[in-house]
Amino acid sequence: MSNQKETLVQVRDLSVTYHTRLGPLSAVDHVSFDIYKGEILGVVGESGCGKSTMGKALMRLIMPPGEISSGHIIFDGEDVMQYDQKQLRDFRGRRISMIFQDPMTSLNPVQRVDEHLIEAIQVHEPQTPVEAALRRARTLIEKLGIQKERLRDYPHQLSGGMRQRVMIGLGLVLNADLIVADEATTSLDVIVEAKLLDEFKKLRDEFNLTILMITHNIALIAQIADRIMVMYAGQVAEIGDVTEVFDHPRHPYTEGLLRSVPNIELDEREELYKMGGEPPNLSRPPAGCRFHPRCAQAMPICAQREPELTEISPGRFVHCWLYQDHPQEVAHA
Amino acid sequence: MPEDNLVLVEGLRKWFPKHTSLLDRFLGMEREYVHAVDGVSFAIRRGEVFGLVGESGSGKTTTGRAILGLTPPTEGRVIFDDVDLTALDKTSLRKMRRRMQVIFQDPMASLNPRMSLGEAIGYGLRIHFPQLSSDERRDRVTGMLDKVGLSPANYFYNRFPHQLSGGQRQRAVIARALVTQPELVLADEPIAMADVSVRALLLDLMNRLKREFNLTYLFITHDLATAKYICDRIGIMYLGKLVEVAPLRELYTYPLHPYTQALLAAVPIPDPHRRRTKPMPKGEIPNPIHPPAGCRFHPRCPLAQDICSAEEPPLVELRPGHTVACHFAEQFLP
Repeated sequence: MSNQKETLVQVRDLSVTYHTRLGPLSAVDHVSFDIYKGEILGVVGESGCGKSTMGKALMRLIMPPGEISSGHIIFDGEDVMQYDQKQLRDFRGRRISMIFQDPMTSLNPVQRVDEHLIEAIQVHEPQTPVEAALRRARTLIEKLGIQKERLRDYPHQLSGGMRQRVMIGLGLVLNADLIVADEATTSLDVIVEAKLLDEFKKLRDEFNLTILMITHNIALIAQIADRIMVMYAGQVAEIGDVTEVFDHPRHPYTEGLLRSVPNIELDEREELYKMGGEPPNLSRPPAGCRFHPRCAQAMPICAQREPELTEISPGRFVHCWLYQDHPQEVAHA
Repeated sequence: MPEDNLVLVEGLRKWFPKHTSLLDRFLGMEREYVHAVDGVSFAIRRGEVFGLVGESGSGKTTTGRAILGLTPPTEGRVIFDDVDLTALDKTSLRKMRRRMQVIFQDPMASLNPRMSLGEAIGYGLRIHFPQLSSDERRDRVTGMLDKVGLSPANYFYNRFPHQLSGGQRQRAVIARALVTQPELVLADEPIAMADVSVRALLLDLMNRLKREFNLTYLFITHDLATAKYICDRIGIMYLGKLVEVAPLRELYTYPLHPYTQALLAAVPIPDPHRRRTKPMPKGEIPNPIHPPAGCRFHPRCPLAQDICSAEEPPLVELRPGHTVACHFAEQFLP
């Protein structure tokens, strides 16, 4: 990997708030990170940690009662937050595109596979004739390991793995720079999932794609990602190179999470780490660090003040009081 | 020494008829069947955790349901503690049912949203132990709530499912299953929906309760990594057939069936230093309406020869307690 990493997306201070009957709920809270060109960045966390909301926010797909309440998304030098509806439509699909978990609800049951692909092309490039669009669809679908005869099939005639490949095809057909894959392989069986992961790697190498891989499956990230971002309760807990984070997790949450993942290679009966408690209710998050009620290493300051996301070594960010200076007045209080 | 078997499954078959239109029937089209489970035999020993592992469509859930008598088998027998369940009438079957319970994947779907935990957990007692007074029933329920970690029990007794977190709900489902003092518990993907940090706790709870109440589990899962933390023996299913059965460590160290080997290789390892390089078998699990002839795995198998499409390999014991159904498994013997 070259040291000269080119930044594709800069996310700064991004917050998403849902206005619920119980008051505002900060699903994503002041999140900042970069996505580099050509990398696979894995975003992991448990349900409700804000990883999917963050992915949607990158496309500005947050619908009321939710809203992006702060922050900037700088995509290739332009601030996506300043885009009007027309610019957004062009941005989605052409620059960034999303692959969701469930292909059966994302594909139109009464449209054939080729119609999906042609529609996607023609919406964004209306001047493209049908034959040209079809040719593009055919080449792409064969690259994804589906015979071109299957283009005339309806979604229900395809297997789960093939449907998900079609979804990936829809994401790629406009040559978007960034693919956001939100639990894209979660509903698939392990063997099919493993094959799709190989596909993702191949596509990244072939098209120099940038992939943001959002998943609850930490083992997947270990298998495929270059960097990992761990989220907890709407915030970034830790960011770093995937091997560094797995070898030496810094945030206590990351550490607990990694130790509670079943590993098929370890000796059986090896105890899994059992983290106490459950993630907090985000309409009333704990004061200070949001993880402190579950943290084995919590200090008095953790309940009082929120730590900053600090770069503790090049490219390694941790959101924890263990790795930053404590302000005087609180430390001695 | 004969094994102490709690459950004996013999030649279990479950075919579901495929819907056919009236016109097809007029035209004399032959009725088609989904061969969900197609001739499965195995034993579950008293006090063990037997894991049934397979991909979706392998027939593991149908097998589990047939063992509990929740779905009548098309063919074959299920013998529970020397009683043939398939020969029982409804009333006797219901009596036997007290001795077996089930935990499903989705706790929200398994709990009645209008029943408090106390009512939901006490419901089974009401049916199976009608002689209990309401005070005795309440005592048993609160005792069980404590055992599954829902304390203070009096608080949780009056809670409703929507007031609980996912992990707490699954604990409530476990409490409901165990309050009638079953001997066999069918756990069908019991932790698949829980987050990682909650999974470890639920597995630990299930292990602890098993020891405390001398339970036998039939643990159904698609996840070999999780199965490792609870199962004693594992049966691997593929397209309605059992392809390999072995004790846990034996299976993970010496997988003899090519499908088991592929399944083990596909499980992602949470270690970036150990990235998989082994290629995966081609294709996907085929349609169970017309399963492939011979060995059902042959169209995807890297070892397949002519014999594999012609002759179905029987389950044979190649190592002590380790059976496998493959014509070419001997080459993998250590």
